[in-house]
Amino acid sequence: MSDSAETYWKSNIKIVSVLLSIWFFISFGCGILLVDFLDQFRFGGFKLGFWIAQQGAIFVFVILIYAYIYLMDKLDNEYKLQSAPQENSTDKTEKENN
Amino acid sequence: MSVQMWTFFFIFLTFGLYIGIAIWSRAGSTSDFYVAGSGVPPLANGMATAADWMSAASFISMAGLISFLGRDGTFYLMGWTGGYVLLALLLAPYLRKFGKFTVPDFIGDRYYSKFARLIAVFCAITISFVYVCGQMQGAGIVFSRFLEVDITTGVVIGMAIVFFYAVMGGMKGITYTQVAQYCVLIFAFMVPAIFISILMTGVAIPQVGFGAELTESFGGGYLLDRLDGMSEELGFATYTEGQRSTQDVFFITAALMFGTAGLPHVIIRFFTVPNVRDARRSAGYALIFIAILYTTAPAVAAFAKTNLINTVNNVEYSEVPEWFTKWEATNLIRFDDKNGDGRIQYVGDPETNELDVNRDIMVLANPEIAGLPNWVVALVAAGALAAALSTAAGLLLVISTAVAHDLMKRSFLPSITERQELLYARIAIFVAVLIAGYVGINPPAYVAQVVAYAFGLAAASFFPAIVLGIFQKRMNKHGAIAGMLSGFLFTAGYIVYFKTLNPSLDNAEGWWLGISPEGIGTLGTIVNLAASYAVSRFTPEPPVEVQEIVQNIRLPGEALTK
Repeated sequence: MSDSAETYWKSNIKIVSVLLSIWFFISFGCGILLVDFLDQFRFGGFKLGFWIAQQGAIFVFVILIYAYIYLMDKLDNEYKLQSAPQENSTDKTEKENN
Repeated sequence: MSVQMWTFFFIFLTFGLYIGIAIWSRAGSTSDFYVAGSGVPPLANGMATAADWMSAASFISMAGLISFLGRDGTFYLMGWTGGYVLLALLLAPYLRKFGKFTVPDFIGDRYYSKFARLIAVFCAITISFVYVCGQMQGAGIVFSRFLEVDITTGVVIGMAIVFFYAVMGGMKGITYTQVAQYCVLIFAFMVPAIFISILMTGVAIPQVGFGAELTESFGGGYLLDRLDGMSEELGFATYTEGQRSTQDVFFITAALMFGTAGLPHVIIRFFTVPNVRDARRSAGYALIFIAILYTTAPAVAAFAKTNLINTVNNVEYSEVPEWFTKWEATNLIRFDDKNGDGRIQYVGDPETNELDVNRDIMVLANPEIAGLPNWVVALVAAGALAAALSTAAGLLLVISTAVAHDLMKRSFLPSITERQELLYARIAIFVAVLIAGYVGINPPAYVAQVVAYAFGLAAASFFPAIVLGIFQKRMNKHGAIAGMLSGFLFTAGYIVYFKTLNPSLDNAEGWWLGISPEGIGTLGTIVNLAASYAVSRFTPEPPVEVQEIVQNIRLPGEALTK
């Protein structure tokens, strides 16, 4: 295992851990465990906890995936990892099958 | 034009489109058939994944279920979307880099074991099969209600269409048909939702209308406050408050999330894009496309519930609107005049309640309840069919690849040529369509229930095995096999115990730790993880070649591995 492969993987793990912590906090934390507490705050016709549980969390999920795409693209560029050469990989498996 | 004419019009139009796409995208190789030649652009794959994922249950049943569950309905909303975060961050990019055809392919190669591959084949077929029966049943119900043909004819029509494009085009045909089906189903879901939102709140965006004030003719005040008030007044649970225990909601949500990330028909969609970056991107697109429906559904649920109470409660039975009698004929709405006053009392107390409403009606009849134009009512049928057929096709493909590729080519008949493999794949899909159709026509009582449990089973079998295979280089075949078997058997055992052996205990007091069978998959996942860890500590580490596979899939490009 080369050094750069190892540091790349470590940064990858860090990005995933941070994003999944937010994922857990919003969905299981705010949407389920703290929902009654958050319901005392209101905006418009929504109670905050109810809104997070039924809509807000879904918006956060979308943002999290886009944050992941952005951060991983940046990381790939830093390490000059191009995913383009991979286009051939299924041809390889096809040949193996024949 | 009448509703029925419009329904025929939309169904012919959309089915013609699907058949056209099937003819245009015939599969020539196994790679075309299994993964659409890995040439699907991320945007198209995002739409196809969304259609693949959103089944008859999402389209027809979910909003209705939420309108009766109130806040607890969140386990469907968060559970079926939050899983995509796991899929995007923990599975999709690495599995794409791995670059084979199926989920058992990954399990078999990563755990260097034919036995592990066969367990994966068994789990993939079981999970997909229970799921596909529900879709066929859904298609049959829509046909019989909207076109007034009998269920058998409905299922046969659905089977014929799926058969046509799945057998001809394999993944390639399915992918582009699913793109079209996504457009049909999202249009059919959003148009009535927007109409109703404008009608009730004057806001054109249902997500915003959900938290807005009702118009004068609906009595003013915030929609949700009004719904809470009406619910309390009639003795129902308060809509914006939870009824189930916190731990049960927690466990069900987690089971649905892990299950989503472990469902083979969703995972294989990420094998169809050209590279790792595109796999990440298509997960993003997929969740956006899914979120459009999933953030609208809770709004539809609240609108529909308010509207239903307003329209039927305390109304003279002789003066009910036309839709009421029409749906009464299907037995989905039942009125029993217990106190004999000729009026409908719709209340929470089962002793005096006179109205029984099936959950599915809330979406299917919603446009009629709100008095929308005929073409909008008819759209719903085409949308529901698109949702059912697109999911059915994706599931049938998993079954066919598991049989032709994993069972025959990779396990028992390695000498067959690509042409023979393709033929077996087509035969397998054909047989699977026939069996699914048969079950759709003669549904065993438990099918509808079992669909929900497919998630728990996927969560307890595939999800940990795949994640550990990527993130734990030390994980070996003994650990993975022990984990998959214990997780699957534990979850299946718990469900079977409460659903068939001891149904009288199936309530909050009887459940173990207060966890319902719907949520037990979460515990199954934990059992799987624990067993995998424990067993792998006491058995030899995986061979060097396998550790190299793991090293390789962790990096998106080729550069660093050489």
